[in-house]
Amino acid sequence: MSHIESRTANTPRLIPDRLTSPATRILKSWESLLLLVAIGIFVLNSFASPYFLNAWNLSDATFNFTEKAMIAFAMTLLIISGEIDLSVASIIALSSTAMGLVMQAGFGTPAIVAAGLLTGLLCGAFNGILVTRLGLPSIVVTIGTMSLFRGISYIILGDGAFRGYPADFAWFGQGYAFWVITVEMVFFVLLAVVYGVLLHKTNFGRTVYAIGNNATAATFSGVRVERVKLILFLLTGLMSGLASVCLTSRLGSTRPSIASGMELEIVTMVVLGGVNILGGSGSLPGVVIAAFVMGLVTFGLGLLNVPGIVMSIVVGALLIGVIALPRIYRNLRRK
Amino acid sequence: MSLLKSREAILVAAILLLLAGVASRFPGFITPRNLVAVFTDTAPLVILALGQMVVILTRSIDLSVAANLALTGMVCALINVSFPGVPVAVLIALALGLGALMGAINGFFVWKLSIPPIVVTLGTMTIFRGVIFLLTNGSWVNSHQMSMAFKSFPREAILGLPVLGWVAVIVTLGLGLVMSRTTLGRAFFAVGGNPHASVYTGINVGRTQFLAFVISGMLAGLTGYLWVARYAVAYVDIAGGFELDVVAACVIGGVSIAGGVATVAGAVLGALFLGIIKNALPVIDVSPFWQLAISGAAIIIAVTFNSRAGRSKGRVILKSAEHAQ
Repeated sequence: MSHIESRTANTPRLIPDRLTSPATRILKSWESLLLLVAIGIFVLNSFASPYFLNAWNLSDATFNFTEKAMIAFAMTLLIISGEIDLSVASIIALSSTAMGLVMQAGFGTPAIVAAGLLTGLLCGAFNGILVTRLGLPSIVVTIGTMSLFRGISYIILGDGAFRGYPADFAWFGQGYAFWVITVEMVFFVLLAVVYGVLLHKTNFGRTVYAIGNNATAATFSGVRVERVKLILFLLTGLMSGLASVCLTSRLGSTRPSIASGMELEIVTMVVLGGVNILGGSGSLPGVVIAAFVMGLVTFGLGLLNVPGIVMSIVVGALLIGVIALPRIYRNLRRK
Repeated sequence: MSLLKSREAILVAAILLLLAGVASRFPGFITPRNLVAVFTDTAPLVILALGQMVVILTRSIDLSVAANLALTGMVCALINVSFPGVPVAVLIALALGLGALMGAINGFFVWKLSIPPIVVTLGTMTIFRGVIFLLTNGSWVNSHQMSMAFKSFPREAILGLPVLGWVAVIVTLGLGLVMSRTTLGRAFFAVGGNPHASVYTGINVGRTQFLAFVISGMLAGLTGYLWVARYAVAYVDIAGGFELDVVAACVIGGVSIAGGVATVAGAVLGALFLGIIKNALPVIDVSPFWQLAISGAAIIIAVTFNSRAGRSKGRVILKSAEHAQ
């Protein structure tokens, strides 16, 4: 899906980015633009509804994005490496189904959670092995496994549902770690730090960028491309399993249609965060801010009683708009 | 070329095998009448897969086709409800135009602003569906509100095949001509095969991709009217998730997701393969809940097969660099 940027690539920039001062670089960065958007929406929200600025409300709003963001963090690394996983929402469904089966067999919360995480990991391994061992394009493989994983959930569940999870299982999706801080929010913050460090401070993160920029060059400089990609698919699968634990716990039931359409929201979150869909560039802080932007938008519109489907217009427009505006600006300045 | 030919031959063989397998238990499935019904049922997938093929050929992807279909279909239904006198021909022209306009919006962002197609169409997909909601406030247009002429057109049988089926045949032949006999068709292949080389041969890469999106949008719009008229109902979620079936049909048909490799026959056969599976499952008493898993498995098997067949036979110097590019 490589895209041709011949129009922009042909015009050399006279001043390399790194020669401008750090201050202007930060001001002009994608993350600060996004942060501005986030603050703007926050202010708009607080004017739009008197019920907005309430700690419990704001805490509730975090459910709009925490589960998706857990997956988005792992997906960020995967997309930077030049691959994509469209099966994540289906992995949630399959993990949730596995948890339901384990619950019905009479096991307690630890076994249920373990089943969810393990199923996620196995699904990630399946994707990763197909992509790396057979050299298939990940977008096609995961369109296939997207149907396959959810299909297995449908085969097991039919039009039924699993209900009756143990009471202590509710902790993951409904529990509070401290005052209004939800357990999911704690996961969100911890994972943001873990993935941020992994991507920006380790050799592993460096190889992820290297692979995304030029996989062949990375191979010849000694990076084990296949292994890194396999690890990234495993991480994305594991995060989907974790998100499934949280979502199942929050809803208290498993249906085969759980989380449908979520894969596109997660990809939207990553792209909105400034990650190049073609690989090679992007940052984790950008995705963290994008998660807040999307959460705030849906929450604000919800306060105004805007129906869900109209929210999706706004999210879609935001995605195209935020990415188009800097390019329009650049095109205008060149003329 | 012999490789490509064999790929289609294999698909034909797979389809025949599938039909034979089903027929061995339920001979009724391969009666001409039922085969016509299966083909008509698959016609929307065939038409959309052909549009998607052109887009994928030029190294893009159009995830907004199902939303485009739903929006155009809804607009046609609304016009029919408010002005029952508008002839079907005008509605079809309108569907083609509206679909093309939505395709042009996608194409514009890809051409003029160089935004990756997957991002653009991900966005427009949700926007188009949202617009349907704005138009209708979530309400349905039902069968009894639509005029008789509006509903009966796609079902009108000519020589035993309903119009819906004929449209698929005409689109296949038309696009076949465009792809094999026009400079535009040549440009689609060139842009997908090697965009840098096509720039040097004087092909405008962005404009070619734009036109691919317009074709895909136009066909999605046309299918929108046919779909809504055939099922005699229009609502926001119509054809939800269908875009992935369309991409899957292309992939099964041997269209390379990396661009540059595709044939009209392949896309049609891929769509037929998926369509026959979906129509055969209920007949052989497999519960509909198996459908998703089976089509998913079919996609994975097909793409594995394609990549085996398409691998270049050059000398591999560094084994681990083989897949890396």
